[in-house]
Amino acid sequence: MNVVVIDYGMSNLGSIRRALEESGITVSISDDPEKLDSATHIILPGVGAFKDGIKNLRRRKFHSKLRKIVLQDKIPLLGICLGMQLLADLGYEGGKTKGLGLISGTVNLLKPSVLRERIPHIGWNNVKINRPNPLFEKIPDDTDFYFVHSYHFAPKDNKNIIGVTEYCGSFVSSVMKDNIIGVQFHPEKSQYWGLKILRNFLEFGIKNRC
Amino acid sequence: MPAVKVYNTRQVDELILLDITATKEEREPDFETINEISSECFCPLTVGGGITKIEDVKNLLRAGADKICINTAAYHNPQLIKQAACRFGSQCIVVSIDVKKNKKGSYECFSHCGSKSTKKNVIEWAKNAEKLGAGEIMITSIPQDGTMKGYDLDLIKMVTANVKIPVIASGGAGNYLDLFKAISYGQASAVAAASIFHFTEQTPIEAKKFLASKGISVRKTTMC
Repeated sequence: MNVVVIDYGMSNLGSIRRALEESGITVSISDDPEKLDSATHIILPGVGAFKDGIKNLRRRKFHSKLRKIVLQDKIPLLGICLGMQLLADLGYEGGKTKGLGLISGTVNLLKPSVLRERIPHIGWNNVKINRPNPLFEKIPDDTDFYFVHSYHFAPKDNKNIIGVTEYCGSFVSSVMKDNIIGVQFHPEKSQYWGLKILRNFLEFGIKNRC
Repeated sequence: MPAVKVYNTRQVDELILLDITATKEEREPDFETINEISSECFCPLTVGGGITKIEDVKNLLRAGADKICINTAAYHNPQLIKQAACRFGSQCIVVSIDVKKNKKGSYECFSHCGSKSTKKNVIEWAKNAEKLGAGEIMITSIPQDGTMKGYDLDLIKMVTANVKIPVIASGGAGNYLDLFKAISYGQASAVAAASIFHFTEQTPIEAKKFLASKGISVRKTTMC
C-alpha cells in the first residue's frame, strides 16, 4: 500500500499522517505530482479557502495529474474538508473559481436557518448515512464527527450523496462517486470513528482493486 | 499517562493548550512540545501563547495545531488576525479576550495573560476581531478564572449578542450546571473548562450527559 497525502501548502498534514500511522499505515506526504503515479491511495487534505486551494494545486502541477490518475487509473481519492470541496466544478470562496470537476456540483456559503446557528460551523455534529457504502462500513448511523468550515459542497446529482448533516438546514457532509470520496468533516480529528473512516477508505481501495 | 492522552481517551471534544507565561517571558511558542502533544491527540487541538507573527501561526499549524489562539499580539498588531485568517482561513483563528470590570463598572480587555489593561471595551474589541476575520472568540473572565464559582454569564451574553461567530465561554466553571447556563443563558457555542476536570471528580463525559439531559445538542459518547 502506498498512501500519498498531497502537500499543496494548505493542510494539517501532521495530523493526517499521525492518524494514519495510528492505524499502522505509513504515508508519504508529497508536493511532487510524479509521486501520484505509484500511489495506491490518494488523500487530498485541506484547510483554507477554495480559490487559494485551486491556485496552489495548479501551481504545484497537481491539477491535471490528479484528474488523470483518479479518472483514468481509478485510484481511490479521499478529499477532506477543503479537499472535498475542491472536487466540485465551482466554488465561491475567495471569488468564483473552477474546481477539479471530479464530482459535479458547487461549493456555497452556509446560511444559518435559525438564530443559534453561527458560521463557521465548528464542532461535533452527526452524519446521517444516506445509503450503505464502504466508507461508513460498521460505523453507526448518526455518529458525530468534527467539523470546521463555512462553505459546503452541493452535488448536482443526489446519488453521489452518502451522508448529510443537519446544520443551516441540512448540508451534504459526505460524497462518493466510484473511486472518488469526499468528507466535509475531519476524520483525523474525530477520534475513534474518524480513524475508522480512514481505515475504511484504505480497505475500500484494496477491495476495489482486487 | 500524559494529560493529553488522558483527555483524548476520555473523549473530550476539543483541547485548548495555552502557554500562559510565554508572552510575559517573551518566549515564542514551543513548537517541539506542540509536535509531541499533537501526535497523541486525535481530537481538535487549539494552541496559544507567545504568538507574535504569521510564521508562528504557520509553524504551529505545521506542528499539529488545528487552530491557533491569539490574545496579546492581536492588540499590538490587529492585522495579524487578518493576515492569518486570509492565509489559513478564519476557521483556525481563535481570538482570545481576557476581561475584567474597571472601576467604572464596564468590561475592559486585558493583555499579557490578564495583567495589562488595554483600555479597550470588550464589545468593540470582539466586533473588531470578528471584522478582521477571527473564526471564534474565546471570552475569559479574569476574576472568575480558576475560582470554579461559575462563568460571568452577563459578560458571555453581552459578547454573543454582539458577534455572529461562535463564542467559547471560559473562566469559572465549577459544575455541570455552570456549563449549561453559559450555553442557555449566555448563548455560548462552546464551553471551556479546566479546573473542574483537574481538581474535582467531574468528567467531560458526565458533563456531556448532563447537558444532553437538559436538551443541549452534544456529541454522543459512543463506546467503541
